[in-house]
Amino acid sequence: MSLTAITDADLVGRCRSGEQEAWNELVNRFSRYVYAIATRVYRLDRHDAEDVFQEVFARTYENLDDLRDDSSIRPWIGTLARRLCVDRLRASAREQPEEELSERATTEDEFAELDEALAVQEAMRDLPEHCAEILDRFFARDESYRVIGEALGLPPGTIASRISRCLTKLRRKLEGRKPRFESSTRR
Amino acid sequence: MTAISDNDEERVAGLIRALPPVPEGWVKAAQELPRARREMDEIVARAEADREFRAAVIADLETALQDAGYQLDSSLLPELRQRLTS
Repeated sequence: MSLTAITDADLVGRCRSGEQEAWNELVNRFSRYVYAIATRVYRLDRHDAEDVFQEVFARTYENLDDLRDDSSIRPWIGTLARRLCVDRLRASAREQPEEELSERATTEDEFAELDEALAVQEAMRDLPEHCAEILDRFFARDESYRVIGEALGLPPGTIASRISRCLTKLRRKLEGRKPRFESSTRR
Repeated sequence: MTAISDNDEERVAGLIRALPPVPEGWVKAAQELPRARREMDEIVARAEADREFRAAVIADLETALQDAGYQLDSSLLPELRQRLTS
């Protein structure tokens, strides 16, 4: 079974046993989530966001042996990322007292949306025929039909219809799907 | 999180957009953490066992590492410095 298809709990177990490929997949799986928390929710600048990003994965690696529940890695990472972002903002506020922390107050809805987005990303991995890549390139990377077509060796004229078909497949996959993850906002 | 039962495709598209790609290099640096940790452990152990190496890393960490063939990411140097001097 491909590492992209295994559960979070199995992935954590394999990371703990020292598998580099498993660690690579863990970082891949949660990297956008951590990045989005730092930049979209807390609006950290690039430098601070990068520090938080690396610190989240460093602490995750250091604490693999101490996790109480391997399947809770996502909310664990989410909570850690939030805490480190808040620490960073507080430190920044001390240096720049005129900038009020409250101006960048966050809402729980933003975290809930990121949790859903992560579930969508997970569902995309099961889609057939370049679907995940096409959807990611178009919506997340904002690439044009031409660029996507060139990258995947497909006629640009077919990309729009493929996006539509893939989006429909993804929506159907998500319909009625039970929440897999407990939200980090409830921990 | 609520079950995704009533999504229209626009909303799904919005959720894909909500997780933009991470800047190049960040993911690779995080993936290299295990190797970097092992390398740091090795450097600390060597500094404890080799007085000359210890003196070199305390005097000029970056140069000493370079001379010894280590390629540690610069973001890890403060932590390594702390471990070497504690």
